[in-house]
Amino acid sequence: MPSANERASMLLRAIRALNVGEVRLMEVCGTHTMAIAKNGIRTLLPDNVKLLSGPGCPVCVTPGEVIDRVLELSMQRNVIITTYGDMMRVPGSTPGDSLQRRRALGADVRIVYSPVDAVKTAKENPGREVVFLGVGFETTAPGTAAAVLTAEGEGVKNFSLWSMLKTVEPALRALIAAEGFNVQGFLCPGHVGTIIGEKGFEFLPREYGLPAVIGGFEAEDILLSVYMLLKQIADGTPTIKNEYTRAVSENGNPLALKMIERCFEPRRDIWRGLGEIDGSGLVLREELSAFDAEKRFELPTVTTVKPTACRCGDVITGRIYPRECPLFGRRCTPEDPVGPCMVSSEGACAAAYKYRELTED
Amino acid sequence: MDEIITLDYGSGGKKTSRLIEGMIVPSLSNPMLNELGDGAILPGGEKLVFSTDSFVVNPMFFPGGDIGKLSVCGTVNDIAVCGGVPKFLSCAFIIEEGLPVSQLERVIASIAKCCEKAGVQVVTGDTKVVEKGRGDGIYINTAGIGVLKYPALTPRAIRPGDVVIVSGTVGDHGAAVMLARNGMLQGDISSDCAPLNTLCEAVLSTGAGVRVLRDPTRGGVATTLNEFVEGSGVGIELDEDAIPVRDTVRAACDMLGLDPMYCANEGKVLCVVDADDAETVLSAMRKTDVGVDAAVVGTVTERYPARVVMHTALGGSRILQKLTGAQLPRIC
Repeated sequence: MPSANERASMLLRAIRALNVGEVRLMEVCGTHTMAIAKNGIRTLLPDNVKLLSGPGCPVCVTPGEVIDRVLELSMQRNVIITTYGDMMRVPGSTPGDSLQRRRALGADVRIVYSPVDAVKTAKENPGREVVFLGVGFETTAPGTAAAVLTAEGEGVKNFSLWSMLKTVEPALRALIAAEGFNVQGFLCPGHVGTIIGEKGFEFLPREYGLPAVIGGFEAEDILLSVYMLLKQIADGTPTIKNEYTRAVSENGNPLALKMIERCFEPRRDIWRGLGEIDGSGLVLREELSAFDAEKRFELPTVTTVKPTACRCGDVITGRIYPRECPLFGRRCTPEDPVGPCMVSSEGACAAAYKYRELTED
Repeated sequence: MDEIITLDYGSGGKKTSRLIEGMIVPSLSNPMLNELGDGAILPGGEKLVFSTDSFVVNPMFFPGGDIGKLSVCGTVNDIAVCGGVPKFLSCAFIIEEGLPVSQLERVIASIAKCCEKAGVQVVTGDTKVVEKGRGDGIYINTAGIGVLKYPALTPRAIRPGDVVIVSGTVGDHGAAVMLARNGMLQGDISSDCAPLNTLCEAVLSTGAGVRVLRDPTRGGVATTLNEFVEGSGVGIELDEDAIPVRDTVRAACDMLGLDPMYCANEGKVLCVVDADDAETVLSAMRKTDVGVDAAVVGTVTERYPARVVMHTALGGSRILQKLTGAQLPRIC
């Protein structure tokens, strides 16, 4: 068996041998963003193959005005905010204002690794209101659903969920429909694929004639997926292919899908960079609305979105590379981020900054 | 908005540099402080090395160590990598009301054991107790004095052609503490926390052309290597394949979204040495109990001045920066 390096070289030779002209491929998963940057994959690919980072980081697509409302909530005396670590430094509409800053000012904000831990926190603090910030795509939705059902089953009334959950398909459709869309194939997220299956991405080739490959997260997975995409383009046979067969099945995970279905229904939601998209967000169903933080707490709708030169929106729609943003690496860095793409460890800008490639100098 | 101190300022990364170089050093400037080494070299008939460190690790007990052991190793190691032979420590405790005495006893016993191993003595100290909620169990500060035996170790001595050696696996401490903090399965991941004076002595006593030694604690290997070449005309090129990382640590880091290159180490040394002496240093390290996994991981070149560049296992290349933001709070 050839070594990992030899296998990679073989794949790269195969990629170079395909005659496809200038091609722009987009990944829509933060883990792919990081893996591509960390392995220096862009420096390995031939010049005619460009890899773009789409709206694959759930933190990055959460709009500033939602963050503003969360910051507002965090200052209520009886509230404990529980969240994944990535949300801590996401700025609201005032640069520098974040949960991390609010915590330093006295807000009770706790990082959890699982939504079920948030329910545990609620049980341990019966006199306080524990709000979990549910961020993510189909991958995190089942676990979030499990937490809500646990809270319901065990009668944990001081737990609530602020759902910022989103689904991939409506966003991809909006992206494709957007002006200036210029992508010839999608590297589809393996993690989301484990839940929604190959079926969940079939619409890409069927309705839009776009090649799609569900890929894993090792460097070889990514190179093989890129090859599979380019091959489809070269052959003119767009279809859905599954590179990540060790985890993704045709129909996904029916149990997880049932959990999502039982707890959530689609709603119109706002995406940073894409705007409002019908049916792209997940909100708790009416019968579970007692656990809906947005309904439990009366919060002013903050509409003070201040314009900045931040171009996160253009980055996640593939119109520009992170380094083309005028703020990138100057005004906007991971320690003082302006836009969320620079905050989340899986954001396109953070990945580009942290793992800056030599070609960009 | 008023600037306030957030956890990022304690991460060992860029904001920590801003705090030290932007606020502390300008006000307290003197030639010994301005070197910003792990310890200061004091002038006089017999040159002394002086260093201090505070420890706020949470949880206070973790696989492979505890806050007591850490507080001895941290200061001993800072002196050792400066070329000093550590001799005497001070030890100050800030204890939160409510700490079980049994836990304090464990910490003190651990300090005693580690002092014996490192051949140092605690000769002065202090205790304070603060109200419940005003501390986190226990904080410890140690300071240490050693005798300078191997002078002139400094990043300024680094030359093109030199090689970079790490004394063992990378990221163990950071991963162990992070897993312990989250009550996750630990498997065989434990902190590498250990005194390094024996290893440093073994390396330096060979007479090899060692340019600089440093222990990559907060901010990890990536941050320390950047400190070596910052503002200089040389850069470091690393070979990703050559960097020793335990499979378990790699897996844990993947799960937690961390990078072993930015995880703290508490029992490792980074050494830049004349290429001709690389084998000598490697074999000296490997003869010590804490250096068996020592490896050459990179070379110093003029190709990328002031940069650390990682050549990935696949043949790609990327720039390795200093840690930005908090990788994880309170790991040492």
